[in-house]
Amino acid sequence: MTATETSFTELPHGYRLVVGLEVHVELHTATKLFCGCPNQFGDDPNTNVCPVCLGLPGSMPVLNAQAMELAMRLGRALHCEVRPSVFARKNYFYPDMPKDYQVSQYDQPTNVDGHLDLPDGTRIGIERAHIEEDTGKSTHVGGANSSSKGRIHDAAYSLVDYNRCGVPLVEIVSRPDFRTAEQAKAYVNELRAILVATGVSDAKMEEGSLRVDANVSVHQPDTPFGTRCEIKNINSVRSLGRAIEYEALRQVDLLEAGERVIQQTRHWNEDEGRTHMLRSKEEAEDYRYFPEPDLVPMVPDPARIEAIDAALPRLPAERRAALAEAAGRTLPDESVTIVVDRGLDELALDAVAAGADADRTLTHLQHDLDPGHAANVPAAHLAQLVELETSGALTASQAKQVVAEMGETGKAPEAIAAERGFEAMDTSELEGIVDEAIAANGGAWEKYCAGEQKAQGAIVGHVMKATRGQADGKLVSQLLEQRRSA
Amino acid sequence: MSPVERFQTAAGVAAAVATGERSARSVLDEHLARIDEREGEIHAFNHLLADEARARADEIDARIAAGEDVGPLAGVPVALKDNLCTRGIPTTCSSKILDGWRPPYDATVVTRLRDAGAVVIGKTNLDEFAMGSSTENSAFGATRNPLDTSRVPGGSSGGSAAAVAAGFAPISLGSDTGGSIRQPAALCGVVGAKPTYGRASRYGLIAFASSLDQIGPFARTVEDAALLMEVVGGHDPLDATSIPEPFPDLRGTLGRGVEGLRIGLVEELLGGEGGFQPEVQARTREAADALEAAGAKVDVVSVPASTYGLSAYYLIAPAEASSNLARFDGVRFGLRDERATMGETYDATRTAGFGAEVKRRIMLGTYALSSGYYDAYYGKAQRVRTMIIDDFDAAYERFDVLLSPSSPCVAFPLGDKTADPLTMYLNDVCTIPSSLAGHPAMSVPFGTGAEGLPVGIQVMAPALGEEQMFRVAAALEAAAPGGAR
Repeated sequence: MTATETSFTELPHGYRLVVGLEVHVELHTATKLFCGCPNQFGDDPNTNVCPVCLGLPGSMPVLNAQAMELAMRLGRALHCEVRPSVFARKNYFYPDMPKDYQVSQYDQPTNVDGHLDLPDGTRIGIERAHIEEDTGKSTHVGGANSSSKGRIHDAAYSLVDYNRCGVPLVEIVSRPDFRTAEQAKAYVNELRAILVATGVSDAKMEEGSLRVDANVSVHQPDTPFGTRCEIKNINSVRSLGRAIEYEALRQVDLLEAGERVIQQTRHWNEDEGRTHMLRSKEEAEDYRYFPEPDLVPMVPDPARIEAIDAALPRLPAERRAALAEAAGRTLPDESVTIVVDRGLDELALDAVAAGADADRTLTHLQHDLDPGHAANVPAAHLAQLVELETSGALTASQAKQVVAEMGETGKAPEAIAAERGFEAMDTSELEGIVDEAIAANGGAWEKYCAGEQKAQGAIVGHVMKATRGQADGKLVSQLLEQRRSA
Repeated sequence: MSPVERFQTAAGVAAAVATGERSARSVLDEHLARIDEREGEIHAFNHLLADEARARADEIDARIAAGEDVGPLAGVPVALKDNLCTRGIPTTCSSKILDGWRPPYDATVVTRLRDAGAVVIGKTNLDEFAMGSSTENSAFGATRNPLDTSRVPGGSSGGSAAAVAAGFAPISLGSDTGGSIRQPAALCGVVGAKPTYGRASRYGLIAFASSLDQIGPFARTVEDAALLMEVVGGHDPLDATSIPEPFPDLRGTLGRGVEGLRIGLVEELLGGEGGFQPEVQARTREAADALEAAGAKVDVVSVPASTYGLSAYYLIAPAEASSNLARFDGVRFGLRDERATMGETYDATRTAGFGAEVKRRIMLGTYALSSGYYDAYYGKAQRVRTMIIDDFDAAYERFDVLLSPSSPCVAFPLGDKTADPLTMYLNDVCTIPSSLAGHPAMSVPFGTGAEGLPVGIQVMAPALGEEQMFRVAAALEAAAPGGAR
């Protein structure tokens, strides 16, 4: 799919999907946002705590400079404007939030007006990326009603772990620019790649250091956007796609039944594959935001922002564009995207610069080389290997095996080919083997001649077995085709 | 004989203890004896720390005997307002909601006192969570004015003011949000100072209104107030709003006089429209005259927006309080009235734990911050605050310090103003404007008013203007009519 097509999820009755995402990311800092406690996942409950993150009376927050730095770095990586910012208090009562207010940014966030380009070229607007503190983690225990298991209602008692309290978060709020569930999934994958590349977060959904909420609505083309519902408790990229699709269909069903969509927060239940209502907008709290008087406004130093920009690593979108250009493509395709995802784009660029055929280079880096072995493969070796293949000295399947071994051993391709006894098979020799294979697989041959393309598999398999995999699969197909049409 | 003459000063005690002329223990015992004699009628303390103080005094004496320099407050007994966290020692804010809580840490000012060789003698009574002007809003009963026990000591730091006035300690710490140091200092006839916002660390001060709260000293002399301010003031990395500058040498400036200083009498705070006792107005004019006689230039100045101070304050302070006091929910510390559900437990705990005035302010503040009302109340109050700062800035272009009464009236009888909260709030009319501006201000006793009770004069200065403020305070102290207190 490319940016030139307008792609949207096909919903029944001509409805279209509109999605915006709110992604919470834990910053990869040594200590918490407002105190010196370690920012560490998985420790014994309530061991990484102090008067500040426990919100004890009299304690005061002091902003972690590293958190500010990482937040600004993320902002710049998302092409945001980094602005003077003010922390605010978001007031509501909950046992896992010890001060009964959360320190967050409200009307003056650090990062605003950015964007993220998906691999397919779709540009997703970023409204804001603001800093806030995480809450603790509640575990609700017991209770008679099994359907509310793990929920606070009906629980016999609750346990609270305050280790996560005060862990620095950035909440990245996208504009409602997604038209398909696939785009939403691609966005999260892309964002994760940026977070890891910039060292801002380890972005592990399974550990909760990256959490996604989806705002989903549906509408008819050329009409205003519909009422949205916010979906929470999405635990993986796969669930994100499922949750969006489920919710969109639920809304279409409502509208088609003549009902309204009511703005509400819904909970994704992974096991049931459904969303359930958590609370409606009417029940929403008034958070009574006001500027946090215990902290001072932050005014970013332009020199600091310049330094952040200068130190930003090349981001996936930029790397894809560079590789696509080197490989002679107008837009990044799947092979380019995968090679960049695998972190092998530098090697590909160098090999192509050394004269290697771009398509064959990308094919090998997409499938055959373990990214962990990349350090063993100088670009010159890769270029030589591709040259051997292009010149016909190695078949495609031989080249594949050589690349894998280059990674494992660091040896030059010619040496590996020689050791393995790979020589390009002469076509007349191969023709003989193909004829033998046809003779040995008469049934398959008849089907193949009758137009059943799949039937050639048995014959090709025979050839490969006879040549110990050294035959060029493409050439074998060509020879079969010639014989069929003869 | 005035308290200043009868009791030793902190500077005097520290000098005597440091040279071995007196022991810290004998100084302490003398103060404990006075407490023993009068605490029953005054109730300055929530917790008297006699045993801890004796052990501490003995430790100081041992260190001095070993030739150590124990610091500028060697062996000086100090009383602490009970909203300052003390490690392992109950800290109540005079509220039932903190029942049983012992902080696991010391406030920065407490650490600095200990490092200076002071002996903490007890935790003093206050209006619950520092909300009040009479120390009658305490869950543990009212404090009485040592000069007339039928009257209030002022508030909210009434216990700290009374402790110093009664000779229970030479110095004490209070906190001032809208006048909670200056007004009780005036009513008890002692010196009380609020520094520039950010000069004293708030780390470990249980917050009432974070953008206004400041810790400051009570003392019987301007010099002692300066000494205590120097010890507890200065930058603290644990308080993000702390000013990153060293605290100035105040005591060195006290003798410099007021020759050539420009002093403005704030027209709006002189009580022209009534409500001020005539004796208070008279003493204020006499104070200005005395400063003029000492070589200062005195004139009347207008700070127009200061008349809106009270209204703005009673939106901003409750708004912040409503958020600051949310954490007292029965989940982790203090009182917990456990009920069937979490919400019911919150309700029951807070209903039982907070007194009427605290509940009133939480309700006021919650309302002022509510969606749809924020701009009309909290937002407008913040704009008024900016106007007050602008008007003060204009006045400080022409004047070095400003003068007004500290309180419209002298100490009033217990129960006199408890029926109507607004009457009580009016006590802070003179002190609130500099609180909103974040400026330093202090109260110095100057003669007497009705019933022979002390009158306090407020000296205000621009941000970081503590030096000129203390110079003027010292001059007022020197010129104060005899027979006061």
